[in-house]
Amino acid sequence: MIFQTKAKLIKNIAVTPKCYKILLLCPQIAKNANPGQFVEIKISDGFEPFLRRPLSIHNVVSQFPPEADQPLAEAGKPVSRYAAIEILYRVIGKGTKLLSEKKPGELLDIIGPLGNSFNLSTTHYPLSAILVAGGIGVAPLFFLAEKLKQDYPLSAIRYPLVLIGAKTENEVFCKKEFEKIGCDVKIATDDGSRGFKGRVMDLLGNILRATHDAQRTTIYSCGPRPMLKEISRISKEYNIPAQISLEEHMACGIGACLGCVVETKQGYKRVCKEGPVFDADEIIWE
Amino acid sequence: MKPILCVNIGKLRLKNPVIVASGTFGYADEFKGFVDLKKIGGIVSKTITLSPRKGNPPPRTCETPAGMLNSIGLENPGVEVFIKEKLPILKKIGVPVIVSIASEGDPREFVALAKQLDKIKDIVAIELNISCPNVVSRLASQPVNQLASEPVNQLAGLIGTPANRHTGTLISQDSSSTYALVKAVRKVTKKTLITKLSPNVTDITEIAMAAEKAGSDAVSLINTLIGMSIDAETKRPKLAVITGGLSGPAIKPIALRMVWEVYQKVKIPIIGMGGIMDTQDAREFFLAGATAIAVGTANFVNPRVSIEIIEGIKKYLRENKIKDIKTFIGGLKL
Ligand SMILES: Cc1cc2nc3c(=O)[nH]c(=O)nc-3n(C[C@H](O)[C@H](O)[C@H](O)COP(=O)(O)OP(=O)(O)OC[C@H]3O[C@@H](n4cnc5c(N)ncnc54)[C@H](O)[C@@H]3O)c2cc1C
Ligand SMILES: Cc1cc2nc3c(=O)[nH]c(=O)nc-3n(C[C@H](O)[C@H](O)[C@H](O)COP(=O)(O)O)c2cc1C
Ligand code: FES
Repeated sequence: MIFQTKAKLIKNIAVTPKCYKILLLCPQIAKNANPGQFVEIKISDGFEPFLRRPLSIHNVVSQFPPEADQPLAEAGKPVSRYAAIEILYRVIGKGTKLLSEKKPGELLDIIGPLGNSFNLSTTHYPLSAILVAGGIGVAPLFFLAEKLKQDYPLSAIRYPLVLIGAKTENEVFCKKEFEKIGCDVKIATDDGSRGFKGRVMDLLGNILRATHDAQRTTIYSCGPRPMLKEISRISKEYNIPAQISLEEHMACGIGACLGCVVETKQGYKRVCKEGPVFDADEIIWE
Repeated sequence: MKPILCVNIGKLRLKNPVIVASGTFGYADEFKGFVDLKKIGGIVSKTITLSPRKGNPPPRTCETPAGMLNSIGLENPGVEVFIKEKLPILKKIGVPVIVSIASEGDPREFVALAKQLDKIKDIVAIELNISCPNVVSRLASQPVNQLASEPVNQLAGLIGTPANRHTGTLISQDSSSTYALVKAVRKVTKKTLITKLSPNVTDITEIAMAAEKAGSDAVSLINTLIGMSIDAETKRPKLAVITGGLSGPAIKPIALRMVWEVYQKVKIPIIGMGGIMDTQDAREFFLAGATAIAVGTANFVNPRVSIEIIEGIKKYLRENKIKDIKTFIGGLKL
């Protein structure tokens, strides 16, 4: 079920100078959302920017921080479970710039939840999941980690291992948040300012090489295309299933325009409808 | 007072004059659940071809000032699958279904498609998409002089022979081709025929008149304008096939001008479109002479926009004590 709604902005804070976290009150979307899904946000009432912007659901929030009480009370809504969604976004152009200037209390026209979601049922038992994030690609993976934690009993779970890759130390997002929910987190930075020096895919390769039961793992990944291509190669090499979340320019986000296709072994598929999550071995990389 | 909203397009009676444009509403099921589809005046399907068509490589869309470019390239499952899988969904909604058709180069495909669709009761009208710019754009990498040296697409001569798809000329860019094509299709179907025109022409009225003379029941305009976008950083075109069709508010003034020009030259109804975002835009098209309007790109920005426009028109007519939308059409004051 897809909803179009006016979501009240609860907070919009800079995590780093270029990266923001926004909390939007939209109970219907929040309640129906699954990890990997996204929303389409109308940034302005005018024509600039013209199209909506697709952004992943980073987290579904049911408990609000104290500073959120005011706008929530104004909205006259009972603070219900699964009431809001959180989005983690990087300012890269005019749309995200305008979004970063939005203030608490403002209403944003959003459509969601959109697209498919990560398939948790392919995860092997006992559970072993490796989440691999590149840059802002951590956004959908945090929601996934929360869901994995929720859906699998503690006794059966080897808490997801989270690998976060970034250019440099201060672009590493969400390490603490992942640790707080019990994930094991490892960092890779291009410049070596933190953790492993090098690419997160190489860190993944090292880990898999040292793991004797690597086949029992599922990889979940989101990040830049070259990284996902490499993940796809690794998944083939170790014969491990990998689910990757892709990006493509979108006009409608709901499957109507056929604008967002990606080439797969079964022909073109819509990233906004059949995706954004695909099995890595399905994609034909150019 | 309950204003009268219904209009006639050929034999087709629309309960209100707001339809959704081809290629911008999928096969409608994408909007199910959060848009009240029953209220829409009519739905034009994504353009269908005889065989399944893969479409162009991505990226296929790109945002532009107050609009967008697309180079989808008529991706569709082909007429067989359309009839079997998509039509039942469209039919179930209970609003008139207009099927848009195109050829992939050989104009005889229009005739074959029309023949096949003519037998299906649930289809009330056929729209001839002789104006999709995305077949031409596949050729954009060819040297221009090579394109120019090839014979002009004389469709009259082409019916019965395979078309020369390398001319890069759209049927709707040539009035005799338009006439020949509409005439040929007219012979095989009694269904309401709508001819969709391209704005990429010197004089759109000539083409509209050719369509009328050949027996088209209505004309629909405008399709997208051919445009281009470049990433100055990477020095690459933003669309994989270089050029694409421009749509959205950016093209509205051109669309309005063309509807107004055509209105003065033909008697058949005009379905006006191009950048319609709200009720006021729609009213402007009615004033310029459109009998019905189609909402395109706006569906992407606000999926409920067609319903909002219908409500808006009703309200406007009521508040201004206009009994019948038909008395509003072509009411431009000079
Ligand atoms: C399914 C999906 C989920 C996403 N989730 C996130 C997220 O959680 N956090 C985040 O920071 N970013 C995410 N992105 C990328 C985000 O959509 C773009 O960064 C954003 O649209 C840029 O808009 P802009 O106006 O700031 O940039 P501009 O460059 O001015 O945008 C121009 C046009 O290009 C499009 N565009 C630019 N970059 C991208 C991109 N990478 N992917 C798709 N379209 C793009 C814009 O939507 C717009 O139409 C996601 C993209 C997709 C497709
Ligand atoms: C993504 C996209 C796909 C389209 N596909 C078709 C198509 O298949 N057939 C067609 O006749 N027109 C197609 N069009 C053109 C529209 O129907 C319409 O004529 C045009 O976009 C102008 O109206 P607008 O500015 O309201 O969108 C398409 C337009 C867009 C934006
Ligand atoms: S963005 Fe329109 S189909 Fe995916």
